[in-house]
Amino acid sequence: MASDGPLLRVANVSKSFGANIVLDDISLSVEPGEVLSVIGPSGSGKSTLLRCVAQLESTDAGLIELDGEVLGYVLDRGRLAAAPKRVIRAQQAETGVVFQHFNLFPHRTVLENLIEAPVRVKRVGRANAIALARELLDRVGLSDKADQYPDELSGGQRQRVAIARALAMKPRLLLFDEPTSALDPELVGEVLDVIKDLAHTGTTLVVVTHEINLAREISDHVLVLDKGRIVEYGTASVIDHPQNSRTQEFLSRITAH
Amino acid sequence: MATFQTKRISSRSVKVDVATAKELLVAHKVRPNRHLGELCWAVVALILLGLLAFWVAGNPAFEWDVFAEYFGQGRILEGLWNTLWITAVVVAISVVLGLGLAAARLSRLPVLVAVAWGYVWVFRSVPVLVQLLLWFNIGYFIPAFTLLLPGGLQIAINTNDIVTATGAAILGLSLHGIALAGEIIRGGILGVPIGQTEAAHVLGLSDGYTLRRIIFPQALRSITPALANMFIEQLKGTSIVSVLAVKDLLYSAQEVYATNYKVVPLLMVATIWYVIITSVLSLGQYVLERRLSRSSGGPTAPRGIRGLLNGPTRVHNEEVRLGI
Repeated sequence: MASDGPLLRVANVSKSFGANIVLDDISLSVEPGEVLSVIGPSGSGKSTLLRCVAQLESTDAGLIELDGEVLGYVLDRGRLAAAPKRVIRAQQAETGVVFQHFNLFPHRTVLENLIEAPVRVKRVGRANAIALARELLDRVGLSDKADQYPDELSGGQRQRVAIARALAMKPRLLLFDEPTSALDPELVGEVLDVIKDLAHTGTTLVVVTHEINLAREISDHVLVLDKGRIVEYGTASVIDHPQNSRTQEFLSRITAH
Repeated sequence: MATFQTKRISSRSVKVDVATAKELLVAHKVRPNRHLGELCWAVVALILLGLLAFWVAGNPAFEWDVFAEYFGQGRILEGLWNTLWITAVVVAISVVLGLGLAAARLSRLPVLVAVAWGYVWVFRSVPVLVQLLLWFNIGYFIPAFTLLLPGGLQIAINTNDIVTATGAAILGLSLHGIALAGEIIRGGILGVPIGQTEAAHVLGLSDGYTLRRIIFPQALRSITPALANMFIEQLKGTSIVSVLAVKDLLYSAQEVYATNYKVVPLLMVATIWYVIITSVLSLGQYVLERRLSRSSGGPTAPRGIRGLLNGPTRVHNEEVRLGI
């Protein structure tokens, strides 16, 4: 049922926390197989945008569409209605999210973290789920950690498990929310390698990041947010030739070191 | 050695340089650590304890022969049994319904939240003793329960026939216990980082499943010690039912000294029994906590007496914040 249009379409989305406008009339689209990087100063709304797409935050205005289906709403006898929880969870299962702080389940082993949702939500048989989980662990280079608990792993290993857990649901779209910001500098590389590998194998990605080099290397498009508005959008060359003065200032600050 | 400035720091010791320290380590010339301060406190504590024991044993008011006579007596044991089963029933009801109360307070339905909040407000505000007396005298304001059967048939049951002293005691203690347990469980659930719920939701796991299988098992670690504490508190709390003439441990002791006037030895009988049961429960709590922290891969209490006294070591703040 894949439509010909973009995989993800964000149309005129706004969001405020109290008097603070976090997203101001944001519109964008992501084609299947595309990698979009979202950068911007902290507080610019980039994480909130990602969380709206993941339906972890509600929007105040505007619509988000994944593969032709509006998220969070259903058509009820000709009228638009808020989607029931069951529908929202099913929609969320189509999108993978990798969090800044991993959010692995600490009381489950690595393997159990990976098979939980496929078995429970997608009703994949346990044996099949385990086979896929082992394949994914191998892909992120952690096949020997299947039976360990998350707190026995390093930060980089945990984040790679988190990526494998998201992939185990075979999502149509994978969202990264500052995936390396909580890591020690020497552990960033191993996670970036996995993300680059995903980008090159045609997975559709939206990556919120501070890693300018990563953005430059993997992105088909780069989007710069500032104070809830899109101030720059284009190919990866935007990073090196920004038009907006705020963007220039921001980029020179984070590329300086 | 030559370049190192030796400096006297007490009448017997001087500072040491790396080369000398290494030499001494290799030669196993190492003096065990002295714990002089610790030793002093231990001696002081032992002396005080000895004096107390001496005074208690030698004080004729304690009448230890009377104590020995009644300690295992049938009447006392019957009271002990009543205390134990009433506690067990109260705790079971408190935990099961407390779970429901916590779930209600955390639900998204305003009506449920309000009802649960109101319940906690009322039953935490009224002292248990006042509540027990109210329930025991419920017959004054609800004289009878009337059952309406089809065909106009009515069956009226006198309230005093069903709300016995024991019934009122269990009712009052449970209503109070549910409020306490509910708050303990709710607190434990709120202590689990929000990222855990978000991670489960974006994987498509339902709200109920997330609460039962992802959040609750993690909350259990902070809930268990508090619930075990509540268990012990409830055990001692049951002594309050003696005001309703429920034949618990304390009331049985009171009954005996009402006839023989041996007040102190019989109160000691009750006291020692309470201490024994509480000790057994504390030991159970220690074992349970050890098990729980081991299965969750978290910090465990050190083995032995230290662990028993200190409990599990604290989780590092960083780990809680990151939810890892």
